[in-house]
Amino acid sequence: MVAKSIQKTKTWFKSLLGVDRDEPLAEKNFFDEGVAAVMDKPLDRRAALKQFIVGASIGTSLVQSACSPFSEEGNSEEAHLRWQEYFKKNYRLMTAEERKTTVTRLEKLGELKAGISQHIDTKDATKGVLFGYAFNISKCKGYMDCVSACAKENNLDRSSKMQYIRIFEMENGQTNLASANGAYYHEVPVEGHYYMGTQCFHCENPPCVDVCPVGATWKEDDGIVVIDYDWCIGCRYCQAACPYFGRRFNWATPEVPIAEINKDQHYLGNRLRKKGVMEKCTFCIQRSRDGKNPACVEACPTGARVFGNLLDPNSEIRYVIENKNVFRLKEDLGTEPKFWYFTD
Amino acid sequence: MRKTNALIQFFKDAIATAASGTVKYHLWMGCLTFLMILGTYAYSIQVRDGLVVTGMSDHISWGIYISNFTFLVGLAAAAVMLVLPSYILHDVDFHKAVLIGEGIAVAALFMCLAFVTVDLGGPHRAWHLIPKLGFFNWPASMLTWDVIVLNGYLLLNLAIPFYILFKHYRGQKPEPKKYLPFVVLSVFWAVGIHLVTAFLYAGLPARPFWHNALLGPRFLASAFAAGPAFIILVLGIIHSQTSYQIRDSIFKKLALITTVAAQINLIMLASELFVEFYQPTHHAESATYLFFGLGEHKGLVPWIWTAISLNLFATLALTLHKVRNQKIWLYLLCFLLFIAIWIEKGMGMVVPGFVPGPLGDVVDYSPSWVEICVTLGIWAMGMFLLSGLVKVAIAVETRQMALPTTH
Repeated sequence: MVAKSIQKTKTWFKSLLGVDRDEPLAEKNFFDEGVAAVMDKPLDRRAALKQFIVGASIGTSLVQSACSPFSEEGNSEEAHLRWQEYFKKNYRLMTAEERKTTVTRLEKLGELKAGISQHIDTKDATKGVLFGYAFNISKCKGYMDCVSACAKENNLDRSSKMQYIRIFEMENGQTNLASANGAYYHEVPVEGHYYMGTQCFHCENPPCVDVCPVGATWKEDDGIVVIDYDWCIGCRYCQAACPYFGRRFNWATPEVPIAEINKDQHYLGNRLRKKGVMEKCTFCIQRSRDGKNPACVEACPTGARVFGNLLDPNSEIRYVIENKNVFRLKEDLGTEPKFWYFTD
Repeated sequence: MRKTNALIQFFKDAIATAASGTVKYHLWMGCLTFLMILGTYAYSIQVRDGLVVTGMSDHISWGIYISNFTFLVGLAAAAVMLVLPSYILHDVDFHKAVLIGEGIAVAALFMCLAFVTVDLGGPHRAWHLIPKLGFFNWPASMLTWDVIVLNGYLLLNLAIPFYILFKHYRGQKPEPKKYLPFVVLSVFWAVGIHLVTAFLYAGLPARPFWHNALLGPRFLASAFAAGPAFIILVLGIIHSQTSYQIRDSIFKKLALITTVAAQINLIMLASELFVEFYQPTHHAESATYLFFGLGEHKGLVPWIWTAISLNLFATLALTLHKVRNQKIWLYLLCFLLFIAIWIEKGMGMVVPGFVPGPLGDVVDYSPSWVEICVTLGIWAMGMFLLSGLVKVAIAVETRQMALPTTH
């Protein structure tokens, strides 16, 4: 009954608006099967909300045609999975069991949608590990291999050419990023210039985390600042709060050619994002937690990038911090970035 | 039981009252409806394609939506200017106008909430904000404070006038004991909503232009100029279009409030300009961008100089008693002041915070047609709501709408 009236209202609104992206059949399937399958469960808070949403969707179907997570074309199984995904918790509050369930769902959805089998990891931080990063401005020549390796590794949106890393070309004697060229496109290195890379600095005291109204971003125990892409509501307050331009927003649906998708993923790292959510560098959490270097470190042809465990006294990063001339950006803000610049 | 029936009857009558009126009224509401439909259409496109259809980018990540939100919080807060003397100081003069002021607050708050919602990348995930059900990052995030104070203020401003109107509707006298405590609370609350909204910005050391202790007080001063200015305009329309007569003394008092607040606002502006430009530092670059442009990027220069000249002219003219006491001048000056503060506190406050970016990027912003249509739609919604609320309030107060006496 309800499903029918929803369908009717929707069709009417859509014909009125000329917005006709949705597959009517898929929606019908979704409401007939997807809802029925979940609705018979005993009522808890979350289930009550589900019922409420069904009721509300009659009223909101005007905008629902595009903003709902359920309305893209697909079969009923997909609709069912999306429906369950919509009501899941903030990743931090999930039990190990719930994490496993959502990962299974996400992997299944990937299979149904793009026919790819991705592996989504949920590996936690290891005790006694605090990640840090150092950037050698004497060595960097501005080749930007790090930038492209990052985009590939992290499934960054190709259509907007999203970059987590930016390389600034600085004139010798200059220290101000504002007067540097952050968008150069010519042969490098250029005489009389040096190069400086920026990305998320994974502050120990991250202002972006404080401001998030829904707790969708936080600092993990190994010091990596992460985002729960499925929890972010897209208010962009964190982007305003970041003093280092470390965050990127998905203004449109991100596009990655299916053949180029990196299938080794982490829930908090490079898994596929959607439009309207924030994302950022995670020190390649899917790699670093497995004991590997981030893609940018691996790709750097000059060895300008150093990554490691700050708590390990024998690590290279500790050697750099203890023996080189190091500095950090905007230290006066008290954010304590775990990203140091140094010279040979 | 009798109360429930009266309540149902009240809402029935209220809808009937709001839906009937002169040809002029219907024409006005029709135009607003058209704008709302236009806004909804534009929003449907934004929802379909994402915020990419706006003029915003990673560099300037808040635009005209959040600008309007900020301005309207001020408008809502300004209702307090009427509440204070009317209820607490028993200023009988103000009593008539106060219901209108609270109606303006309600309409402004609905617009605020709408502007925040259309700015979200995932509006359908907004339930994550509901405490317990979602994850409410309180007290760390100032945005959660804003959610609390705005919704609380909305409840107060719905409840107080409703109580009074419903009593009058039934031909009874409202009992001060029952509503005065809430009135007092709403006075403090009004200051709170605007300070908290200022703290949203002022709490970000990453953006030197906003990270400024004067931001909060300046928000209040400009709100208490733009708010009463708007109320004067609304009362002017009511006075000329309906049988509900507003006495001259009310206009005079409101005009005085507007003038003093506008003067204080100018003093604060001068103080800000002095600090920014006497010994310009890196932190003055945003102000330089706003007033003079940086290099070839001059996106906000025409806006801000329009605002400054209107503001100066209106404030100076309002300061002259002879000018201020002439209705036609008063209306014109209030309108100019309203526009000036809308620019100054909206686009003129939000956008320069992002320019230059934290790494020195200078990017211009101008709203896209989608943003403009959505913005118009939301303003139309607010005006629609306000017209309906005011119409009902007047009908009750003039006893045109009253509970039929039964035996």
